[in-house]
Amino acid sequence: MKPVHIQQLTKSYNKVKALSEISLSIDSGELFGLIGPDGAGKTSLFRILTTLLVPDQGEAKVLGLDVVKDYKRIRQKIGYMPGRFSLYQDLSVEENLQFFATIFGTSIDENYDLIKGVYAQIEPFKKRRAGQLSGGMKQKLALSCALIHRPDILFLDEPTTGVDAVSRKEFWEMLQGLQEKGITILVSTPYMDEASLCDRIALIQSGQILSIDSPAGIVAKFDKPLYAIRSSNMYQLILDLRDWHRTYSIFPFGEYGHLITRQDLPIEEISVFLKQKGHEDIKIRRQTATIEDCFMELMPAVA
Amino acid sequence: MEKQWAIWAEGLTKQFGSFTAVREISFSIRKGEVFGFLGANGAGKTTAMRMLTGLSRPSAGKATVAGYDVYSQTESIKRRIGYMSQKFSLYEDLTVKENIALFGGIYGMKRRAIKEKMGELLGHLNLLDKRNHLVGSLPLGWKQKLAFSVALFHEPEIIFLDEPTGGVDPITRRQFWEMIYQAANRGVTVFVTTHYMDEAEYCDRVSIMVAGDIAALDTPTALKEQFGVDSMDQVFVKLARA
Repeated sequence: MKPVHIQQLTKSYNKVKALSEISLSIDSGELFGLIGPDGAGKTSLFRILTTLLVPDQGEAKVLGLDVVKDYKRIRQKIGYMPGRFSLYQDLSVEENLQFFATIFGTSIDENYDLIKGVYAQIEPFKKRRAGQLSGGMKQKLALSCALIHRPDILFLDEPTTGVDAVSRKEFWEMLQGLQEKGITILVSTPYMDEASLCDRIALIQSGQILSIDSPAGIVAKFDKPLYAIRSSNMYQLILDLRDWHRTYSIFPFGEYGHLITRQDLPIEEISVFLKQKGHEDIKIRRQTATIEDCFMELMPAVA
Repeated sequence: MEKQWAIWAEGLTKQFGSFTAVREISFSIRKGEVFGFLGANGAGKTTAMRMLTGLSRPSAGKATVAGYDVYSQTESIKRRIGYMSQKFSLYEDLTVKENIALFGGIYGMKRRAIKEKMGELLGHLNLLDKRNHLVGSLPLGWKQKLAFSVALFHEPEIIFLDEPTGGVDPITRRQFWEMIYQAANRGVTVFVTTHYMDEAEYCDRVSIMVAGDIAALDTPTALKEQFGVDSMDQVFVKLARA
């Protein structure tokens, strides 16, 4: 029995189609990433799976139970961390945790071993009010509360959004630790670099799934010639390459630009073109596609 | 002396009771520079930005923005800057046209100037046929690009961008940065905070705040050399974890 099984799931809000015939399934013990920007449909999908929202069409089962007919039983077995901090700001860390343990009919002691890796970092602050915690600590508390009843599956909706790069890394390390304990985890994120930390990912945009595979599998499907390229004037580099008939696309990618050409070209040819345009300090190399390159290539055209 | 800099700060400090949120930070930002202002959440970035945009009075130290003093000339500062953040940019229940006219008016533009420039802005963004649509009905990426253009509408010398590309799709994110480059090319000074470390690479110089102090300030290339790493992401991790 797959912990999550979705068939042709559709959801609209008035005229906006938030989810269009989504189908996917998640394997037991998998760390599965739902990767896409705002408005892609991630939160709508999470709300349906956690039984907070009813789909218009299609079917979804969590732990073998139907999200519409068996919602009460699902709620007892899942852990959920919603997109916004949703704990009680005026209760302390400890009080929040005790509250969630109690409503799930358990206690902090009973499942302490499971949350220890996460909770130990905020335990020194257990008397502090949740509203006064830093962003990183709030995340850890929310995760502890989602785990306290030993769920079979965790749903984490954008747990790292708006959080700095260091806290993000720490959070993913915690997730990998939890996965080792056998918990299935579905996590959404707009950060494409986090995708590579998952077992499998689904790229989602405008309510549609673009691709589902392991990160390596998605990258392997990228079939266009890609180069990392820079010169002493990056802005001009982008403008010049955009005007070149050989270019399929050129985008800034941090220190380098990523150039996709219409056909495979020897690096020398690109270098000659740029020198003619007056560029200096030219650096070009072939580049393996990142998840972000793949996402951008799969996305429907942006106006 | 300080007036030659777009933004100048010396020993700028903000305290809330016994808690020091920003501790004696100093920097000078050139006109037309794209300056990345990075730091973990809680490091003091927002507090620092609020002092520079005339919204919060410093506890100590000095600063000028567009040549104006942050203690005594905050209204002059506000008129000469643009501001855009992820959390708030435009009014969702007003149309595209109404938003542009509203912000133009708030920044003191004359009605005629607004009318003339509005067509240009809408054309540039491909929004002419959407001018009477509610902003709330636009996809996020279009909203962000529109908000940026509105923040520049009154032709400020300096624009403050607070995590402008949060949550936006990767193509729009890059189109947005090309708009930033275009503005910088025209001489606008750009002061931007972001959590995307690849975006830190687009900046001329970057500062990283840690617990109220500026722990590093230099070009991305120099910072990577200094810390012996390949990416701004790694620079950040080394500093913020130290």
